[in-house]
Amino acid sequence: MAMSVIWTGMVVVSVVWGLLAGNGPAVAAAAVEGAAAAVQLCLTMAGILCLWMGVMEVMKRSGLADRLSRLLRPVLCRLYPDFKGDRETMDAISANVSANLLGLGNAATPLGIRAAQRMAKRTPGVASDSMCMLVVCNTASIQLIPTTVASVRLAAGCRTPFDILPAVWLASAISVSVGILAAKLFSRVWKK
Amino acid sequence: MNLELLFNMVVPLTIAFVAVWGMARRVDVYDALVQGAGEGLGVLIKIVPAMVGLMTAVYMLRASGVLEVMGQSLAPVLTRLGVPPETVGLLMVRPVSGNAALGVGAELISTYGPDSVIGRTAAVMLGSTETTFYTVAVYFGAAGVNKTRYAVPAALCADVAAFLAAAWAVRVCFG
Repeated sequence: MAMSVIWTGMVVVSVVWGLLAGNGPAVAAAAVEGAAAAVQLCLTMAGILCLWMGVMEVMKRSGLADRLSRLLRPVLCRLYPDFKGDRETMDAISANVSANLLGLGNAATPLGIRAAQRMAKRTPGVASDSMCMLVVCNTASIQLIPTTVASVRLAAGCRTPFDILPAVWLASAISVSVGILAAKLFSRVWKK
Repeated sequence: MNLELLFNMVVPLTIAFVAVWGMARRVDVYDALVQGAGEGLGVLIKIVPAMVGLMTAVYMLRASGVLEVMGQSLAPVLTRLGVPPETVGLLMVRPVSGNAALGVGAELISTYGPDSVIGRTAAVMLGSTETTFYTVAVYFGAAGVNKTRYAVPAALCADVAAFLAAAWAVRVCFG
């Protein structure tokens, strides 16, 4: 429903503003162009998107994701001290993080939800500090290879679509750190 | 090996490594690849209708000139923070809708060019953020939590940090 409001708002604003600013004809042309451009963009993205989904399936079947999640456990135990002893929850969290790193979004969400549900059993209806941390970590992107964005750049005629990787890693690292810090800070001042 | 070449090789190296690893673990690598790629097609089919709707709206917004006015009014603040004012639309839709953000970002990247400062900043912003409100709704909804306490403010802090860091990182990495 939120999207309906946003979309209708966007369309109405552009028509009204376009007429007032004398850009009516441009808006009319844009309406048709936009739709065509969208399909073209999706077509150019298709190859890289399918290829990467294929590679990710190999990662999943060969146990690469499991291996990574085992490596992550010690670090994650520090982020979620309340659940250090809860093996099943920690397993779900580390699998969630490793899936996020590898860009396995479809696998990451159910794992994260499982962790959230187990956490919620201790504090029904209220978000505990660990749960806030889990959600904050999942709202910050930690995907190592952002293929969708790369495919958009490729579609726009870029020859080196992955040259943004260092910048993406830098920005992601800063964003996740700020999120974790903010969560830790807020957990001290926010009432339970 | 120079650094630029290394970053360009990340994807082919990853693919080769995953394939060899899969073979070593006796996975039917090619079968998995093809099956996954087929699922990719399913993902794509889900994206297309949303992209058609959103790109239409974004193109219309841009043509009407309202985005420029919004960018101009916020320009002094954004410029001081080092963020290109053209990205204002992306900043607003990113936490709300992933598809909308992809549409707005794709428009920026193709209009200004993928190797321009604006195009790169938009790409890094897209790559270093998630659809915050969607994630919050899914997780807390599934866990039956109503009192979300500080999760949303903390997540938004991370988003703002990502936007600022994206603009900064592009300046650092590409001069």
